Formats: sequence, structure tokens, C-alpha cells
Amino acid sequence: MSIQPRPVLDMRGIVKTFNIGQPNEAEVLHGIDLTLQHGEFCAVIGPSGSGKSTLLNIVGLLDRPTRGTLAVCQQETTALNDGELTHLRGHTIGFVFQYHHLISAFSAIENVMMPMLGDAGSFNDAMRQRATVLLDSVGLLRWKDSPSTQLSGGQQQRVAVARALAMKPALILADEPTGNLDTKSADAVFELLQSVSREQGTSVLFVTHNAALSGRCDRTIEVVDGRIKP
Amino acid sequence: MREGRVQTAFIVGGISIGVAVIVFMSALLSGLQSNFVRRALTGQSHIQVLPLKEVVRPLRSDDHAWPENATTQAPLQRLKSIDQWQSAAAQINAMPDVMVVSPAVNGSALVMRGDASRAITLIGMTPELYFQIVPLPEKIVRGQAHMDVDTIFIGTDLATDLGVTVGDKLRVSAANGAINTLKVGAIFDLGNKGANSRSTFVTLRTAQSLLGMAGRVSVLDITVRDVYAAEVVAQRISTLTHLEADSWIKTNEQFFTAVHAQTTANTAIRFFVALSVGFGIASVLVVSVVQRSREIGIFRAMGITRGQILRIFLLQGGLLGMLGAISGSTMGGIALVLWQRFERNADGTVMFPLSLEPSLFFQALALATLTGLLAAFAPALRAARLDPVVAIRG
Repeated sequence: MSIQPRPVLDMRGIVKTFNIGQPNEAEVLHGIDLTLQHGEFCAVIGPSGSGKSTLLNIVGLLDRPTRGTLAVCQQETTALNDGELTHLRGHTIGFVFQYHHLISAFSAIENVMMPMLGDAGSFNDAMRQRATVLLDSVGLLRWKDSPSTQLSGGQQQRVAVARALAMKPALILADEPTGNLDTKSADAVFELLQSVSREQGTSVLFVTHNAALSGRCDRTIEVVDGRIKP
Repeated sequence: MREGRVQTAFIVGGISIGVAVIVFMSALLSGLQSNFVRRALTGQSHIQVLPLKEVVRPLRSDDHAWPENATTQAPLQRLKSIDQWQSAAAQINAMPDVMVVSPAVNGSALVMRGDASRAITLIGMTPELYFQIVPLPEKIVRGQAHMDVDTIFIGTDLATDLGVTVGDKLRVSAANGAINTLKVGAIFDLGNKGANSRSTFVTLRTAQSLLGMAGRVSVLDITVRDVYAAEVVAQRISTLTHLEADSWIKTNEQFFTAVHAQTTANTAIRFFVALSVGFGIASVLVVSVVQRSREIGIFRAMGITRGQILRIFLLQGGLLGMLGAISGSTMGGIALVLWQRFERNADGTVMFPLSLEPSLFFQALALATLTGLLAAFAPALRAARLDPVVAIRG
């Protein structure tokens, strides 16, 4: 008898409806079932407005589904309160956005340390050491004390990847992280995420419009009109 | 705060000006008030204990009913002494609020030199006690503060009217016909023309002898620790000794009302300045929340809790208030020093002494920090309640 691997993400029958009870009520996701295994690198493709971002917000515990169940790292989330969701999100999920969304007042290393503030409350040496290792791993050690605004677009996105890894998450949600980058930088960021997934066993949900990149992922799912295309 | 440096500088500048106004106005008004009180109390005691006034009551008829249409004539208030004054003075001296008790005899007399004569108030007292209540030695412009049984201290105006100076002799005649010749020991200036032309000081024994009150006193002058508690202490003394006790607050009621009005005005100024500082901080933080909503969303996505976001903005408000208070207190302090240096009387003396109390600066610091925290509460709550999805989407 073989042991089934435990999924990092398990969502069943997820429905998301906006503006419930109002004239402009709209169901955006219609019963999504999705499972992501440990270390799996999964591309999410689909046309604009198909519900990819809504799906990612629900997976990232930033938004709640209207119906259905969602478990992240075997933790059922639908009954959790805001504080519990925030704690789970902070410790299991890393985010990389299309626009890097670094804090402009912070240096590169402070941006990487930022997710660790949730536990520590203020910057400390242990956080600084961890952030230094992460910046080294994304090739930005030289720029660790540079203001984030002085870095190039590719460098900023690599800082964002390092920031996403700060809490050693089981799952990284990357929402078109290469959308604003040139081909070379986009390739570098993609390979970085891929190597993290392989070396650390981190699962990645990678939203992209780039067919070449999605073709290099372990699996590709296509979201069309709020449903996963079979 | 680190990012919006110009914005931060502007709001800290605004808070500083507000705090500086509070510090400057408070110190100025408090100095002015202390000066008024000091001047008012320069020539008088905080409390005067007097014998009870004589009253007239109509006689009742046999059936104890008040007679119809009875008229009473107010009695003449002759010079009376305090019964058992030593025991009353000892009782009052034992009270913790009381600092000094000085027995005195006050009465009217006539002072003569050649053909000139003037009506005076003769105050007989024990110098070592009375000078602790009224600092007469500080007011002496000619002569020495040393007083003998044959010396009299007179005011500058009386000295001019009679054409006398220190060492000259004056004849003092009391209403009962007693006459004594006294030497002018010192000439004082109480800063009041009426007092300078009427008030004269002699030893207690001299006054008792002249006014026919040997061994007796007509008043007990008292100094208390807290000048503003004088009326309460006076009432306690009255209850304790069954004598009449008048505080300076009662005898200077209009002046005290003016002081109270000034305190109210000062509080109102502080309140409205603090209110404007609070609104300034709140408006800056509201703008800051709007400007940084995306960053707040990112923080929330990264696992920062609503409580932490709330604390960040409260801390920001408190810090703005504290920074403003530090620089505002410094500005206010400098303004006070400059005011004291350049704002002078016509003769070049200080208009009135200002005391730069450290407590005032600590109060300003606490007030501004608290205002910052309170003002930051609404924006902080708004920031904490931001939906991260909406905030990140912008």
C-alpha cells in the first residue's frame, strides 16, 4: 500500500460571488477543484477576466470563498478568523506580485525582513542574517543596503522573490511576476523560482500569459470563465 | 515618516508652533498671575484673624415675638482686642497649613510735625514675625530695617508730605490722647501711593502703649503654605477659634475673579491649540493612509496583523506629537528667554519674572504625545480595516 503525499493546497468546489444580493451580483468562480502537491510548480494561464486573480486571492487567504472548502498545508481555512488566517498566510504562503510592490522607504534587506516583522515586531540580527542569505541566493548581496527604488526592475523582482521566501513558505503565489520584465530578466526570475521549488520543495502557483514559460512548468491549468478547463 | 520627509517636517513644524504657543502662553500667563498675586500679597497677610464684630439685636417682648417695625442701628466698631490671643495664636500655629502667625495692633492715629499733620494707620507688630509675612525690609528705600520701641517706619509719600527723612522725629497722637515722639527709622515704598502715605509701622509694644491696649492685640496676621487655599484655611481657623478670619481671597474678591478668568482663558487657549494640533496630525495621517494603502495591503499579505498596522499608525501619531513637543518646547523656551531679555519696563527692569518650570515642558510633551495618539486613532483604525485585496489592487 503506497502512502499518498499530503497536498500543500486542496480546494474543493470553490465558488466566489461578488456583490451578493445586489443588482450587479456576479459569480466569478464556479466550483473550482484544485490540488497542489509538495514541490509542484504549476502554471495558471487564462485570458484576462477569467478569474485567475480571484483564484489566487482565495488561495492566498486574502479573500474568502463564498462556498467550498480550502485547506492550506492540511489546515482547513473556511472557519478561521482574520487573525488566524493572517498567521497561516504569514507562515505558509509567499507572494510575488506582477509589480514588485517593495516598500520604497525600505532598503533591499529591510524589504526581505518585512514578513518576519509579523512575529518579531521589530528588525533584529537573526532576521538580518536570514535576509542576507536570501539576498545572496538571488544574487543581490551587493545591493542589500541599497534603497529599493535604486534597483532595476529585474533586481526589484528578485528582491520580491527573496521576500516571498523569508518565512520559508510551503507555497509561493506568483501573479504574473515576469509580466513587467524584459525577456532576460523574466527568464532569470522564472529560473529562480524554479530552483527554489526544486531545491527547497516549495510549491509554486505561477500565473502567466507567457506560453513559453508555462510550458516549462510541471503542470499547467487553464482558467476560463471561472472554471478550470479540463 | 521616513518616506514623506517633507510632509513629516511640515506637520512636525505645525505641532512645534502649537506646542511653542502653549508653552509660551502658559509660562507668560502663569508668570503674570504669580506676579499679580505676589504684588497683591506684598503688603498684606494671607489671612487676618480679627475679633468678632459687634452686632445689635432688637429686644424680644415677653412672649418672645420679634417686635413689629423694629429698627436697629449698626453699632460703632471700636478698637477691640482678641480675647485670649496667645492661646488662639498657639492653636493656629499648630495647624499644618499655617507657616507664620504674627500678632499685631492696628489703629488710627495722627502724626504731626510742626504745623503739618496727617492721619495714619498705626501698625504695631513683632518685626521678626511680621517681616516673614510682609517683606518690609525689601521695600525700604532709606534707613535700616532695625526697629526699636522709639522708631517708626513711614512711607515715601508721608515722608515727602511732612518733609522728614531718616533720623527726624515725629509726634504721634492716638485718639485716646496718648502722645509719643518717635524717630523715623526707615522710609519704605510699597508701590502704592495710598499705602505709602497712610501705613506706618512701629513695634507691638509701642502701638499697644499708644492705643491703650497694653498686653493685647487686635489682629493676628497669618501666612499659609498655599496662597490659593487661604479661604479654606480661614474657614477652619474661624471654626477652631470662633474668631473672624478673612482670607486675601475674600478681601480681594474682584482680583481673585480676574485671576480665575485668566486661568480659564489660558485653559481655553491650550485646548484650542491642542485641538488644532490634533486635527493637523489626523489630517496628515489620513492622507498617509490613502497614499500608503497599497503598502498596507502588502504588509497585510505578508502576515502583518490588523493590530500591528493599528500600532504602527498610533506610534506614528505619538512620535509626531512627541517630536513636535520637543522642538516646540525648545522654541517656546527660547521665545520666553528672548521675551524676558527684550521686553522690559521703562526703567530697564524685568517686566515680571518668568519661571521656566520643567513640569511645564513635561506637560507639553505628554499633552502633544497624547494628542498625537488620539488624533492617529481614526486613521489607524481605517488603515487596519483596509481590505488587502482592494489595497493591493489600488
